[in-house]
Amino acid sequence: MKARHEVEQHTNEVVTGADVLIDALVDEEVDTLFGYPGGAVLPIYDAIYRSQASFKHVLSRHEQGSIHAAEGYARVTGKPGVVLATSGPGATNLITGITDAMMDSLPLVVFTGQVANSVIGTDAFQEADVLGITTPITKYNYQVKNVSDIPKTVKEAFHIATSGRPGPVVIDIPKNISSTVELDQLEEEFSLPGYQPTTQPNPLQIVKLADALKNAKRPLILAGAGVTFAEASDQLKEFAEKYDIPVTNTLLGLGSFPGSHSLSLGMAGMHGTYTANMAIYECDLLINIGARFDDRLTGNLKHFAPKAKVAHIDIDPAEIGKNVPTDIPVVADAKETLQALLNTSIEKPDHDEWQDELQANKTNYPLWHDRSNELISPQWLLEQIFNESNGEAIVTTDVGQHQMWAAQYYQFDKPNRWVTSGGLGTMGFGFPAAIGAQFGAPDDLVVSVVGDGGFQMTFQELSILKERNLPVKVIILNNEALGMVRQWQESFYDERYSESIFSSQPDFVKLAESYGVRGLKVDKEEDVVEMLQDVFAYDGPVVVDCRVVQQTSVYPMIAPGKGIHEMIGVTK
Amino acid sequence: MKRIITATVQNRGGVLNRITGMLHKRQFNIESISVGASETEGVSKMTFVIDVSDNQSLEQLTKQLNKQIDVLKVSDITDKAIVARELALIKVTGSGQLRSEIQGIIAPFRASIIDVSKESLTIQVTGKPDKVEALITLLKPYGIKELTKTGVTSFLRGQQPKQVTELNSYSI
Ligand SMILES: Cc1ncc(C[n+]2csc(CCOP(=O)(O)OP(=O)(O)O)c2C)c(N)n1
Ligand SMILES: [Mg+2]
Repeated sequence: MKARHEVEQHTNEVVTGADVLIDALVDEEVDTLFGYPGGAVLPIYDAIYRSQASFKHVLSRHEQGSIHAAEGYARVTGKPGVVLATSGPGATNLITGITDAMMDSLPLVVFTGQVANSVIGTDAFQEADVLGITTPITKYNYQVKNVSDIPKTVKEAFHIATSGRPGPVVIDIPKNISSTVELDQLEEEFSLPGYQPTTQPNPLQIVKLADALKNAKRPLILAGAGVTFAEASDQLKEFAEKYDIPVTNTLLGLGSFPGSHSLSLGMAGMHGTYTANMAIYECDLLINIGARFDDRLTGNLKHFAPKAKVAHIDIDPAEIGKNVPTDIPVVADAKETLQALLNTSIEKPDHDEWQDELQANKTNYPLWHDRSNELISPQWLLEQIFNESNGEAIVTTDVGQHQMWAAQYYQFDKPNRWVTSGGLGTMGFGFPAAIGAQFGAPDDLVVSVVGDGGFQMTFQELSILKERNLPVKVIILNNEALGMVRQWQESFYDERYSESIFSSQPDFVKLAESYGVRGLKVDKEEDVVEMLQDVFAYDGPVVVDCRVVQQTSVYPMIAPGKGIHEMIGVTK
Repeated sequence: MKRIITATVQNRGGVLNRITGMLHKRQFNIESISVGASETEGVSKMTFVIDVSDNQSLEQLTKQLNKQIDVLKVSDITDKAIVARELALIKVTGSGQLRSEIQGIIAPFRASIIDVSKESLTIQVTGKPDKVEALITLLKPYGIKELTKTGVTSFLRGQQPKQVTELNSYSI
């Protein structure tokens, strides 16, 4: 371990378990640690202080902020997000984020302090059964029993978090371990005989898929986040172009195929485009690459791709056949599979008729929205955000109507620029995720599109913007409501707006200013473009309170229980 | 349909919790689990009897088990030539006359009486689950005071008939 010597040179002090941990993080080339201190991690914070380690520590104001920031960091860098929190309440404050990362396959390595081994199991002060609590929401978890195991455990955790289907890994470190002076020989090597993800596609399945493609008249690619994780966007583009196959994306797959490409049909699913969803309904070959056929995508399974032969490429075999019966299963990495397909010579099929049909749908059933003369139209605002950022921003969102509008109206041409909570749908995610994204991509424009509801769940992290002068642009789509809840109550509960309209709200401008962050408010469409130009050119953090129309819904929509071909609100 | 699934697992902390938690979360109906050492140090063997509704759910079950990082191998051995045994301890009320009657009942099952008190006797039986079940049914009229079972443990016979092919979830 080269890092070890550096530490010793700096400090000339005894080496504790915590120092060994810091070395292990340096060995993993961690550059940013998102954390929050407390009793059980004091030895680790002391080691951070003493080590002058090469990574930075970002102090949040709530552990949930730390972990969503780590998720945002992981999403834009492709590297694992690393988190540190104390035992008990520190650890339990991470639970939402760990679950979120598990659902969206984000690589995280999370360190939690634990009470000393001698009192584990006695309901000691700030003791929580972190292993028990996190077992169902992690890819794997550990409690460190010996200092000498730290290097090996950290290596193994990073390996598990980032390989195969990525996911969160928790390492629980009792306080006696982090404070013990290290004397033993350190264990470096790990072995995982039960964990060997299959990355190479089975050649027989590639032949089958090639054959299916040759015979398909109406093929369709559904590209998910697996394409982004595998860094397979170039191969996907080449493959789609070579065989003239239209592409639709899942919510999390946006950006894995260029949204502006002529073969792109936009997003599929509950609030996807009519064209994409009808393409799924009508296709005769559906090639799913790295998506998990989530229920918000499929709608009623009975009507999902009813005419299609289904091919499913996924690195996680357990996803294949879970929700949708699969004719051609390919357990492999998306990039390897696409490369194998590109290396296979397949007769170039003619899909002109199919393409014409899709093109007609695109022309006849585009996304639509109303403009109002009072407040700002939220969909229109998203279009302006897209235009004024030249489509080049990293966009993070919270959860709700604004999230769906961002997905619909902000077109991503590149991967790793779209950060949203899909599987868990976690309100409070969007703003801290933007902080992590900005740390991961310091030179990029990071725009955080949030709702007035969700922003209020985690806005305390405004402190970080000020502290680090992070130039995150927060755009609040303020409809004075839990808009998505209001929409469902309007549509499915006869407009009984139970607890979804806010009768009191903070002054978001003053709120931002109280944190030392620039705050703006805009309520007229005519001021929007100028405001955005100003905000995007400003070298520093900004919070904008955008007053948008409340009585507007996200359309088109597959109502709950309905099939993918039964969208409502397709036209005005 | 009831399936007998075996898994070899690495003996790491929390492995049983992780597996039963997964089965519970994914709504698999566990009839029995038995866990113990295997021929290899550090490796345990689990035998599950699980009731699944259809083949899709069975496939999910083996895949989800395989997905666990500590799981080395999963086999559905239901349709193979296997040896499967469970052990039951059954305490029945019985004194005097009844005792010899009970002895007559359990003899064909090669069960044995391992404890006797004034009003009760305890019977130990080992065998395939259906045999154990049959004995329990026969003893019920005498009044079962207490019953405990180990769950099935099982593996393949030394020789397999040729036509049987292994159901391996990774074969796709
Ligand atoms: C933590 C959490 N609690 C509750 C919900 C349920 N929920 C989904 S969308 C939504 C409304 C969000 O309101 P807001 O943040 O203002 O966004 P809008 O829909 O108005 O754009 C709620 C309450 C959730 N997704 N996450
Ligand atoms: Mg709102």
